[in-house]
Amino acid sequence: MDLKGKNVIIVGERDGVPGPAIETLVKSVGGTPALVQTQCFV
Amino acid sequence: MVVILGSPTAESAEIYARTVTEGDPSWVGPLAGIALKLPVYHILEPEIKSQFDQEIYNEQVGIMESVLDTDDLIEAVNKVRREQQ
Repeated sequence: MDLKGKNVIIVGERDGVPGPAIETLVKSVGGTPALVQTQCFV
Repeated sequence: MVVILGSPTAESAEIYARTVTEGDPSWVGPLAGIALKLPVYHILEPEIKSQFDQEIYNEQVGIMESVLDTDDLIEAVNKVRREQQ
């Protein structure tokens, strides 16, 4: 799945990989973050 | 449109993956019974990881990659994708 040019829904998690970290990576390869969330269950 | 997860456990990754493919498995949220059939991947999967600059990837994900159970996470999301095909 090539992320370049794709709209990407990002569901990160506080105890895993947070949304903004994934967002940075997606943008770096030309993907478009459509929604960025970081779930937190604390 | 593609979904990328950053879940820390196989169980939560599978629940998210199922929610965006076949609908909320717990049947309590707004996506209950709604099959979006979106392609879903975990950020730690080799197919996704290989697309990024290794330096940026290590900076953003490296620490969590070293402590999470990568194989279980990959298998959980892979299983859901296989069932959709």
